[in-house]
Amino acid sequence: MEPCHEKIAMKVRLNVNGREREADVEPRKTLLDTLREDFLLVGSHAGCEHGVCGACTVLIDGEPSRSCLMFAVQADGYDITTIEGLAPAPGELSIVQDAFCETHGLQCGYCTPGMILAAHALLERNDAPGRADILEAISGNICRCTGYGQIVEAIEHAADRLRKTNVPRGGRP
Amino acid sequence: MKPAPFDYVRPDSLGEACAILASDVDTRIIAGGQTLVPMLAMRLARPARLVDILRLKELHGISTEENAIVIGAVTRQVEVERSEIIRRSLPLLAKALPWVGHPPTRNRGTVGGSIANADPSAEIPLVAITLGAEIEIANPSDRTRMPADEFFIGPMLAAVMPGDCVCAVRFPLWTQARVGTGFHEVSARRSDFAFVAAAAQVALDQVGRCIAATLGLGGVGDRAIRIDVAPLVGNVPTREAITDIVRAATKALDASSDLHASADYRRRVAATLGIRALDDAFAEAASGHGALP
Amino acid sequence: MSNAPSLKFVSSGRRVREDRRFVAGQGRYVADVALEGLLHVAVLPSQHPSARIVSIDAAAAMKMPGVHHVLTGEELAGAVDPLMNGLDTPKVRRFPLAVGQARYAGEWVVAVVAESRAQAEDAAEKVRIEYEPLPYVIDAEAALDSSSPPVHPAHGGNVLLDRTFVWGEVEKHFAESPQQLSFRVVWGRSSTVPIETFGVAAKWDPWREILDVWASIQMPKYSDQIARSLRIPLNNVRVHQDVDVGGSYGVKRGIKHTVIVAHLARILGRPVRLIEDRLDNMRAGDAHGPDRIFDVEVAFNDEGIVKSMKMRALDNVGAYAGRSPFQLGKPIGAIVGPYRIESVQYRAIAVTSNKAAQEAVRGFGQAPTNYAIETAIDKVAAALGLDRIDVRRRNFIRHEEFPYLIPSGTRYDSGDYHTVAAKVLAHADYEALKRERDELRASGLCAGIGIAACLEPSGGNSAFEPLLNEKNTTSTWMESCRINVDGLGFITATIHTTSSGQGHETLAATVIGEVLQIDPDLIRVMRPDTLSSLPSNSPVGSRMAIMLGGAAFHAAQKLKAKIIRIAAHQFGCAETDVVYEGGTVSNAAADKKLAWAEHVTIAHRNFHLLPEGMEPGLEATHVMQVPTGTKLPEGGRVQMYPCHSFEFHLVLIAFDPEIGKPEIKRYVIGHDCGTVINPHIVRGMTLGGIAHGIGASLMEEFVYDGEGQLVTQSFMDYLLPSSHEVPRVEIVHHCTPSPFTVFGQKGSGESGYLGSPAAISSAINDAVAPLGISFSKLPIRIAAISDAIAAATSNEKAPG
Repeated sequence: MEPCHEKIAMKVRLNVNGREREADVEPRKTLLDTLREDFLLVGSHAGCEHGVCGACTVLIDGEPSRSCLMFAVQADGYDITTIEGLAPAPGELSIVQDAFCETHGLQCGYCTPGMILAAHALLERNDAPGRADILEAISGNICRCTGYGQIVEAIEHAADRLRKTNVPRGGRP
Repeated sequence: MKPAPFDYVRPDSLGEACAILASDVDTRIIAGGQTLVPMLAMRLARPARLVDILRLKELHGISTEENAIVIGAVTRQVEVERSEIIRRSLPLLAKALPWVGHPPTRNRGTVGGSIANADPSAEIPLVAITLGAEIEIANPSDRTRMPADEFFIGPMLAAVMPGDCVCAVRFPLWTQARVGTGFHEVSARRSDFAFVAAAAQVALDQVGRCIAATLGLGGVGDRAIRIDVAPLVGNVPTREAITDIVRAATKALDASSDLHASADYRRRVAATLGIRALDDAFAEAASGHGALP
Repeated sequence: MSNAPSLKFVSSGRRVREDRRFVAGQGRYVADVALEGLLHVAVLPSQHPSARIVSIDAAAAMKMPGVHHVLTGEELAGAVDPLMNGLDTPKVRRFPLAVGQARYAGEWVVAVVAESRAQAEDAAEKVRIEYEPLPYVIDAEAALDSSSPPVHPAHGGNVLLDRTFVWGEVEKHFAESPQQLSFRVVWGRSSTVPIETFGVAAKWDPWREILDVWASIQMPKYSDQIARSLRIPLNNVRVHQDVDVGGSYGVKRGIKHTVIVAHLARILGRPVRLIEDRLDNMRAGDAHGPDRIFDVEVAFNDEGIVKSMKMRALDNVGAYAGRSPFQLGKPIGAIVGPYRIESVQYRAIAVTSNKAAQEAVRGFGQAPTNYAIETAIDKVAAALGLDRIDVRRRNFIRHEEFPYLIPSGTRYDSGDYHTVAAKVLAHADYEALKRERDELRASGLCAGIGIAACLEPSGGNSAFEPLLNEKNTTSTWMESCRINVDGLGFITATIHTTSSGQGHETLAATVIGEVLQIDPDLIRVMRPDTLSSLPSNSPVGSRMAIMLGGAAFHAAQKLKAKIIRIAAHQFGCAETDVVYEGGTVSNAAADKKLAWAEHVTIAHRNFHLLPEGMEPGLEATHVMQVPTGTKLPEGGRVQMYPCHSFEFHLVLIAFDPEIGKPEIKRYVIGHDCGTVINPHIVRGMTLGGIAHGIGASLMEEFVYDGEGQLVTQSFMDYLLPSSHEVPRVEIVHHCTPSPFTVFGQKGSGESGYLGSPAAISSAINDAVAPLGISFSKLPIRIAAISDAIAAATSNEKAPG
């Protein structure tokens, strides 16, 4: 006789892009689905729901993590950053985002938010990454469109521009 | 791919966690979730309840004891990867870490999670086996230490009973002056499960004789194993001796066969990588660059 | 039309405007479309490769929380028409849910609708289905045998298509050639697997009688097929084309998903959405690619000139037909590759089996065919002890021979294969590359150089349809563009298709800006829904640079002509006596001038100043026919596509003979797609195509076991190349414009993919040739390389 599970919602309080947000979710609801459905932050994408493709990547305390592999009920107490948290203001792009536009480091855009967050996190802790560092940093983000070439160039370009603008690193985005 | 419904509890103490685990068989531990959540998503695992131990401070941290480095179960893999203590005192583990999954999974995945998952091709269990680590396990009544050899019993099978919680892994510290390590892995892609991985640690005396050696192989059979390299001890290591011992030991190894690699492949590459890992370890020990404090 | 030297916007490295919304996470994919009252679908697959569906008991499922409906195949088949077949195979009927019989493991049997996806999945588990397993067939050659269990018994066997074409005097050429060889190669079943799965949402408005559809779609005649299946007028169907598609590369054709949700939306009175999860997608998205066995014979002389070729292509289509058998037909348009082969016999066989169905994959069969052709050339060279590049050079069609008519009836528009090859060899320093290979070999590694030369036919009619199905008389595959200049002089253009990352908004704006000499960034490009759209056939067949570029060009020319006519009328002079520059028109003497704003005012407000018979407003439309595409096939010959891009791959691969893991040490590709409209876009296509090719040749495969089960169901077993697996690629550019297009542009949407599997296979085989082994099946896995080398070297050591 299988146990019958009534739908029991738990209240979660999450810090997303610097704001406290609340939602009532089943324990089984992933952070990804909560971001998308409860907070309407649809920039994080579902590609595989088993932790391989990286389209769901968000930053947890500044580190790239798979939001499809975390339940919302586990995600309190962290600083969660989604792609929506990167733009300095509506209509403006961060240096990393603009670098991706400059080198055309994307095509369909589906892997792009996760890719950019991974790039952002890399450049926060390493201001002069070599090619090997870049490849490793994005190795958890699969892209089927670009073959990665223009993505690597975008990150190199962003690193260069960030060095020149003297932007302080290592702080919260 | 949504999991079947479950309840979620986050106990405040290890004792509470063990009590919950013991009281209900249909309960599983969640820490980093990097291996459990995909199984839940595919409904291959359907626990009625998840017990979240990730925030238990008593299970977190890297500490040095007289003869061992102790890593708390919920220490994240990335913390081990970046740890100065590990780099200096457990260089074999430091070499293995970059091969564990990829950066995002190391950011959340835990050492205890990897150990408890008991994947035959996983790198952290391999290092545990190679170095003869002990797994510290708590249950409602007591706390025990189990040698890694006994802990890993089969593919994805660990010697845990209902109510058990892996608390820590204790890696023995080598205190010899000239220690070297080597780690090699082959996988389809960098981040994939290893087809074969080899982990070696050796020590030399002042005249270049081997005074200690251990070699572990992962991914070949249904769990990581140690190869008997005792004949190397007491002699100056030679390429021939290393090759002979490793080839002899790997010729008849139990090896699994799947879509990605045949059993023959695993045995063949186990030999190749085992030799390379020992070569690297001896070279490092001889050069003095692997010296421990 | 030659490449005008003074292009201002075309060919310059302008930013791709679509990128801006995507880097901000502001793309709008189907899962992002919010619809009030949306219901969610989960599907229940068959576990059996072939089984009669004895009974379906949904009672327990209907009681689960949030459930609205459990749809069976029988219910659906009563309400909709079967999905279209491309071939004339009326007894092969395909419905979105299995009807009476499940025909592959994973096939959708039941669709559960609930308030959330999770609830739908919970309920799907409660559906009780009783099956009676039936015999099944998985292997193509087994399916070819008439004794194999037929997937569609009413069709009478598993052969959907068996057609032999003979172009030229094949037997005579074989008889008179001093040399012959034959071989088999196998292209394993893989696909382009976008990161976004297919998804569709539908909503039925009974008051307006409109079915609204939002989908991650790349499909010609999508709305047609929806209307046909649902038996509603086509002008009741409104597909929203402003949905961003997260990658497609051919495969997003979810008509079965669409019919399911459209039917449900209609009967439930609420919008319904089905988004494949990854398991749904891999098992039963019906988006697998060619699964093909090639048996090839070539006849050649002692200099390596290949005179004739016989090719049998046997494709394992899976349980249903759809469009995929045409993937055997499209390669006919480049069946001789870039070579002057004089005659060809081509036998195309499509068989059904109890595997998932195929869909159109990037290149539509050209990449597998190129793999077979290039293997032939490599083997000819090996047989004669000649250099593989030399043999290619001897066989290449020469620059002065274009337009070149190939035996199967297509005329290649233009090309300069020798120059592209020479450029690649010079850039790569071929002699140094060979030395590098030899040094790697001397160090104990296996090392090989791979070569592939192939064409990318682009821009065509769907001429393979009438070629393989005489009942089909389609001789157009049009595309359209409309430009409106509004009352304040701002320009808005419309394109009438979805896109999946190809930058079509940028393409259209660039072309229009070039013609009107106005900054493309000022031109807005919109995508109206299908009810407000002009005809389009979707970005397939590498066609949009040619067809959308052409439509935009001609519409812009019409607009420009109208402006010139307005101005000439004001000046009182002939239209040929005025000068148009940057939107301003002046007379020959340059003492009269009308600026852009003034044209706009006249057109929008001053009807009394317009020439006789001219409509007010400033708007132009062009619906473009395929260049060269006017005739139906005749005698098994047809002009398949108008334009032919060319690529020449040169690859250096090395690996440890024991480990067997190939490392690509150098990758150079020469690419000639005529005039490049946007260099960033074209480069991205080529690099992405090569990545797809690396996957197809080294690591990706949909593997079925002996029990008909798909073994590679998730990304843990179906391995996609990550950043570590794709090397830096050097692109050497060349431009041989097409005489048939407005700027000389050819297509590039398939570039890289069409030749990289052949090149990588060629390199690995070059590496192991000294050991007397070769690989003839893709993908070539690491362990297979090591195992084959071990077997060969142990054979060498074995006594006697």
